[in-house]
Amino acid sequence: MSGNTAWVLMSAALVMLMTPGLALFYGGMTRAKGVLNMMMMSFAALAIVSVLWVIYGYSITFGESDSQLFGSFDHIGLHGLNGAAVLSFVAFQLMFAIITPALISGAVADRAKFIGWCVFVVLWVSLIYFPVANWVFDFGADGALGDDAGWIVAWGVQDFAGGTAVHVNAGAAALALALVLGKRLGWKRDPMRPHNLPLVLLGAALLWFGWFGFNAGSALAANGLAATAFINTQAAASAAIIGWLVVEQVRDGRPTSLGAASGAVAGLVAITPACAFVSPLGAVLLGVLAGALCALAVGLKWRFGFDDSLDVVGVHLVGGAFGSIALGFLSLEGGLLYEGRDIALLGKQTVAVLAVGTFSFVGAFIIGKAIDMTIGFRLDEDSEVEGIDLNEHAESGYDLTAATRGHRGLPGTPPVGAPEPQDARHDAGDKGSVNA
Amino acid sequence: MKLVTAVVKPHKWEDVREALETFGITGITVTEASGFGRQKGHTEVYRGAEYDVALVPKMRLEVVVDDEDAGDVVGVIAKAAQTGKIGDGKVWVSPVDTVVRVRTGEEGTAAL
Repeated sequence: MSGNTAWVLMSAALVMLMTPGLALFYGGMTRAKGVLNMMMMSFAALAIVSVLWVIYGYSITFGESDSQLFGSFDHIGLHGLNGAAVLSFVAFQLMFAIITPALISGAVADRAKFIGWCVFVVLWVSLIYFPVANWVFDFGADGALGDDAGWIVAWGVQDFAGGTAVHVNAGAAALALALVLGKRLGWKRDPMRPHNLPLVLLGAALLWFGWFGFNAGSALAANGLAATAFINTQAAASAAIIGWLVVEQVRDGRPTSLGAASGAVAGLVAITPACAFVSPLGAVLLGVLAGALCALAVGLKWRFGFDDSLDVVGVHLVGGAFGSIALGFLSLEGGLLYEGRDIALLGKQTVAVLAVGTFSFVGAFIIGKAIDMTIGFRLDEDSEVEGIDLNEHAESGYDLTAATRGHRGLPGTPPVGAPEPQDARHDAGDKGSVNA
Repeated sequence: MKLVTAVVKPHKWEDVREALETFGITGITVTEASGFGRQKGHTEVYRGAEYDVALVPKMRLEVVVDDEDAGDVVGVIAKAAQTGKIGDGKVWVSPVDTVVRVRTGEEGTAAL
C-alpha cells in the first residue's frame, strides 16, 4: 500500500512539473516581446487553481454525492480527508486541474489582459473543469462506478488519464477564447515566428517526462497497469514525432525541430485516454496517426481564420478527440479491431468527446464574453503592439544589449525605492555627473 | 580622411578582417546588421506556415583611413568578401571631417 502511495505522490510531482514545462513550450513559441506573459499565464494557473482546490475545488469535484454531475460541499478546506490514499489522490488530481486551464493560454498569446486571464481561470476551472473532472474521474464510493460516479465513466466511456477531461476540454475552451479575443494585430501579415525553439524543445521534454506521472500515475497504484500505461506513453509519443515529421518532409521539404516537439506532444495527448486500453503496437499506430493528423490539423486556423496562436485546437482538441474516438477501434476491451468488439464503445467515446467539447466551448465562450464586457479581456492596441510583457508586467524577457546592461558604474538617478546613497558623490542631481 | 563602410556576409567578415590586418589597418568597428538587397529575404516554415523573412543578417564594417588608402582598402574588402553569389554586399566611401582619439585627444590622421 505504501508503494502505491509513493507512486501516486511521485506522479503528482511529475505532473506538477508539466505546467512549468508547458510554460517553456509555449513561451518559446511566442515572440520575444510576449514570452513572460505567456509563461505567467501558466504560473497564474498554478497559483490560482491550487488555492481553489484546497478551498472548494476538490470537494465539488470528488466530494461524496448522489449526483453524477458534480461532487458536494462536504470537504471544504479539505475538511475530513485523512489517510495516505485519499490525500495523495487529492494532490495528484490537483495537478490535472492546474495544467488543463494552463493549456488554454496558448490560444490567447500576446493579447489577453493578465487580470482577465486570472478571472477566466477562476471561473472556467470552477464552472467547467471541476464538473467535467467529476464526470470522467469520479469513480464513486469505493471506486464501484455506482450511481454516484461521474456519468461519463459510469456509462463505460474509456478515458484513462483525461483525453476528454483535460485535452478536449482545454482545446474546446481554447477555440472559444480565440474567437472571443479575436486575432492578434498583424495576424497573417506579420511573421509571428517562435523566438526560442530550444525553449520549446526543453518544454516538450519536461512535458514528456511529466506525462509518465500523468498517464502511468493514473493507475493510482504501482502495478502492471501503470507499467503498461508507461510503455504505451513512450511508444505513442515517439511514433507521433515520426508521423509529424513525415508530413513535414513530404509537404514542406524539411523536418523541423518545432515539428518534433509538437509531434511528441500530439502523441502524448492522443495516448492519454488510451494508455491502459491499447496494446503496445496499438500505441505505435495511434501515435503515428495522431502525429500526422495534428500536423495537418494545425493548418485549420489559417483556413477558417481564427488565431489559435500556439495551436491548442490543432494539437489538444484534435489529438484528444482522436485518441478518445480511436479507442472505439483500438481498445483491447471492446475496440472494433479486436475480439469482443462492441460498436457501442465507439458511440460512447464519440458522445463523450462531443459532450465535453460542447460544454467547454459554450461555457468558455460565455465566460470569456462576460469578462470582456465587464472588466475587459483584450489588451489595448498600443500595449499589444509595444509588447504585453512591458505593459502588463513591466518587465522584459531578455536584456541582451550592452547599452542596457547597467555597467556604467557611476551615479545617476537611483531607481525608486533604492537604498539611500551613502557616498557624497551620489548627491549630484545631474544624470551621470561626478563631483570632482 | 575617408570612412569606408562595408556590408558583408556574416561568414565572410573574418576573411575581411584578416585581409585588412595584412594590409596594415589597425582597427575596425563591426556591427551586426540586417537588411536586404537583390538577395531579398528567405522563407522559414513553422508548423506548416510559411513566413517570408525580409531581412538577411549581415555584418557592417567601418574603418576610417587616409585619403590615399581608401581605394586600396575598398579593393581589399571587396576581394576578401566575395563569394560570387547574390548577397555578397556593398562597400562605399564617404568623406570624414575630423577624428579624435578619445584617450589622448590626438586629432586627424594621427588619431587613426
